[in-house]
Amino acid sequence: MSGDFEHVSVVQLGRHYGRRRALTDISFTARAGDIVGLLGSNGAGKSTLLSILGTLLVASTGRVEYGAVTVADGGPGLRSRIGMLGHDLFLYPELTARENLVFFGRLYGLEDVAARVATALERAGLTARGDDPVSSYSRGMRQRVALERALLHQPRLLLLDEPFTGLDQASTSALVARLREEQARGVLIILATHDLDIVDGLLTRELFLRNGRLLAIAGGEGPLRDRYRAAVAAS
Amino acid sequence: MRNFFRVAFLVVRKDMMVEARSLEVLSTTLFFALTVVLVFAFGLVREGRPVDDVAAAILWIATAFSGTLALGRTFERERQADTLRALLLAPADRPAIYAGKLAGMLLLMGLVELVLVPLVGLLFQAPIFNYPWTLVALLVTGTTGFAAVGTLFAAMLVRARSRDVMLPILLYPITVPVMIAGVRGTAAIFQSTPDEPLARFWVALLVFFDVVFVTLALWTFEPVMTE
Repeated sequence: MSGDFEHVSVVQLGRHYGRRRALTDISFTARAGDIVGLLGSNGAGKSTLLSILGTLLVASTGRVEYGAVTVADGGPGLRSRIGMLGHDLFLYPELTARENLVFFGRLYGLEDVAARVATALERAGLTARGDDPVSSYSRGMRQRVALERALLHQPRLLLLDEPFTGLDQASTSALVARLREEQARGVLIILATHDLDIVDGLLTRELFLRNGRLLAIAGGEGPLRDRYRAAVAAS
Repeated sequence: MRNFFRVAFLVVRKDMMVEARSLEVLSTTLFFALTVVLVFAFGLVREGRPVDDVAAAILWIATAFSGTLALGRTFERERQADTLRALLLAPADRPAIYAGKLAGMLLLMGLVELVLVPLVGLLFQAPIFNYPWTLVALLVTGTTGFAAVGTLFAAMLVRARSRDVMLPILLYPITVPVMIAGVRGTAAIFQSTPDEPLARFWVALLVFFDVVFVTLALWTFEPVMTE
């Protein structure tokens, strides 16, 4: 099974940890080329939702449909179409950027890994420092390598958890530009963030979450911060 | 099946590369194991003569305690940058990730045992060369049983706040049969009148434990990591 898909549908999704409900009855659909923002305060359920979308957690109720397949019948083929960048960067600090990318490239079973890694390092602006350990990089440099790691296998769905945290203005702009490139390529991007000002104008749709519930799905006019406040006030 | 071994090999090689750069797990584990043996030597060796039949128990205590330390440190490394989740995201059979982590643990514990066994032989006058292949079989099968359960639990607890407390609490009761078999088998070849057939019986029992533990761990790894 190729696991390829044009849309992702979340259907009445719920997740609980014992008695604590992390997500309750979440439903939405997003399509290729969308940049969907998961917005909400700490504990709203954003990271849990991303983990379920990334097949790292099993939903307690409901399901996620990746085109025609679900996690249960997608298996490794489905995971080959998903890229994820967590708040922690999923990189081994002891290894160089090149070694990290080569390792993950081989783990994903990619063809011509060396050439892909060289291109990824070039995109990250780290060709000259590609053989330095990741531990010697700044936060911005690590973030760029981590993003290239998540995109190395050209996923259809890109999941980002707080991707702008700790980045300076230049790194933030570079990341926004890179996300727009992937959007133009038809990648469906779902990102969780608190940085409303940065993503204002970048997102095609916004999902406002609070205490594990979906307050509203928006995508209208006006400043994002105002829409967020209005959604919270209306709940 | 070929893909399974390819992924497991990639994970082992990555773990060895990371360890070769830092030497963090090997050095702490080795230092701890040597300290355990030396402390026992100070307590149990009088005027150059050790208390009878203690060498086997000390060898396995040092192996189990240092192995627990190695398990904790190895998975702490995967936790710090959340790289275990990155491994689980890969389009590979998730049990192959477990197999790779287990093989890495076995290599590390094997390196520690390479130093530990001669030291125990020296300090406790244990006849480690009487039945070398039986001793190797006991160490390999015993370490595999211990590491098979330990790798599963350490991975399962990687995101738990109380992981350092929970790992030994979960690990030791389940691996007690492995420890008993390892100690009794090793004692059988270290005693003044060696009983190799008895040691072989314990090796066979350890192989049985290994098959059960590894099979269960491969079977349960994906569900416990995603539930």
